[in-house]
Amino acid sequence: MCEDLVASPPDMSLRDLIRTSWPTGPNLPACLCATALAGLECFWPGRSISRYQGPTDKFPWKRSPAMVNVVLLAPEDDENRRDVNKDPIQAISEQTGWMLAVRDRRDKHAFGRLFDFFAPRLKGMILRSGASAAEAEDIVQDVMLAVWHRADSFDPHRAQVSSWIYQIARNRQIDILRKTRRPVPEELKSDEAPEIDPLQVIALEQETKQLRAALDALSEDQRAMIEKAYLGELSHSEIQANTGLPLGTIKSRIRLALEKLRHELRGTRQP
Amino acid sequence: MTQITHHIPDPVLLSYASGALPHPFALVVAAHVSLCDECRARLGAHQAAGGMLLESSVSVAVSDTLKDRLLDKLAGPESDAGADQPDPFPPSGPYPAPVMQALDGCPPKWKSLGLGVRQSILHDGSDGNVRLLYIPAGRAMPKHGHNGLEMTLVLQGAFYDDTGHFAAGDVELADTDLDHQPVAGPDGPCICLAATDAPLRFHSWIPRLLQPFLRI
Repeated sequence: MCEDLVASPPDMSLRDLIRTSWPTGPNLPACLCATALAGLECFWPGRSISRYQGPTDKFPWKRSPAMVNVVLLAPEDDENRRDVNKDPIQAISEQTGWMLAVRDRRDKHAFGRLFDFFAPRLKGMILRSGASAAEAEDIVQDVMLAVWHRADSFDPHRAQVSSWIYQIARNRQIDILRKTRRPVPEELKSDEAPEIDPLQVIALEQETKQLRAALDALSEDQRAMIEKAYLGELSHSEIQANTGLPLGTIKSRIRLALEKLRHELRGTRQP
Repeated sequence: MTQITHHIPDPVLLSYASGALPHPFALVVAAHVSLCDECRARLGAHQAAGGMLLESSVSVAVSDTLKDRLLDKLAGPESDAGADQPDPFPPSGPYPAPVMQALDGCPPKWKSLGLGVRQSILHDGSDGNVRLLYIPAGRAMPKHGHNGLEMTLVLQGAFYDDTGHFAAGDVELADTDLDHQPVAGPDGPCICLAATDAPLRFHSWIPRLLQPFLRI
């Protein structure tokens, strides 16, 4: 299988590689080294991004803190890599990497990067809801503290970092401004962080990019309506049943991840 | 658990994700999502959209010292941080974790409504109310209409009305267009979590008379 991948055309996109020939199962690491030769970048959370240029069979898996921490970036991201703050789309994988570094290695540097990216955006979002600047900063601080303390509930198979932080921010904003404890669903979590399945993580990232493209393609009116809805400025009776956002594929992807997690939970919780 | 067939509609799920949904309904959504992976995944998709909007929202500079103050706090214990705490009470019997939080981890304090029907009010405020209802097998509730939205989640047993059959995990939404008379299924008592943002409209005078006392 690895030979097949090495032989595949170098300009093949990661998505095509995954869809056509990427196997799952115990052979995955070996096959990931094969794709590294095809121009993938390897990113160890908390370290800078580097391109692997060595021979396929010498791919330094052992040097990474744990295989589960390796996140691959698609080659097409490489050409257009820009400053994180200017182009969040290109940085999605970096965010996941920072978050995993925080979760698995309590990496404060990575946390600082998350702060630099999210804190000003959180403040912008919270100010829109009518909070004062001082209140907004308090909430930003509270949300980022929750990101640090609750990092173990971040699961990149089910949520992008931005979705996860959005959810925490909406919860905390209500808890603090309304002084009530917002009801939240029962948390689904195994005792140990499940091994990262790069296939699933990358697929979710790809689908999120498509969602972003759809969001950018909306008319100004539609976009304004959606912003109001997601920032809590519309009541449930004012929200239209069809927002025009294609959420179906992301939903299916998350559903698969949930099924897998349920399966794992059943496995570990049996007496 | 039987297959869940009645789910939370998208506008309500989105409103929950955005934080706009009033507290009583938010409790029903959180309880349903605890039981239903389909709605958990749909909620996740809405949160993905919310995350996109967060990423593209206007950046407003935070004060210079915020980052340093925050980094200093990281070493401190979670309890001092005031940060989002995990829920302390696990699910128990028919009650999912969010309902157990609302009950403060204790069994419901049932109050009789007559004819074997009991209720336990979890929250009653300006944003509406939410209660647990216990209806004996086969018992019909008084026929009523709605001045607002009523959301009912079945936690145990089943009930049916003109619109369909609702088993454990199912949620029914009733608004001003619907008059209904829920009847508990024959196989055992039905326990529901019911939220509403306006008083119900009862057709017969006895429940109407008792309404202020029962806080329905």
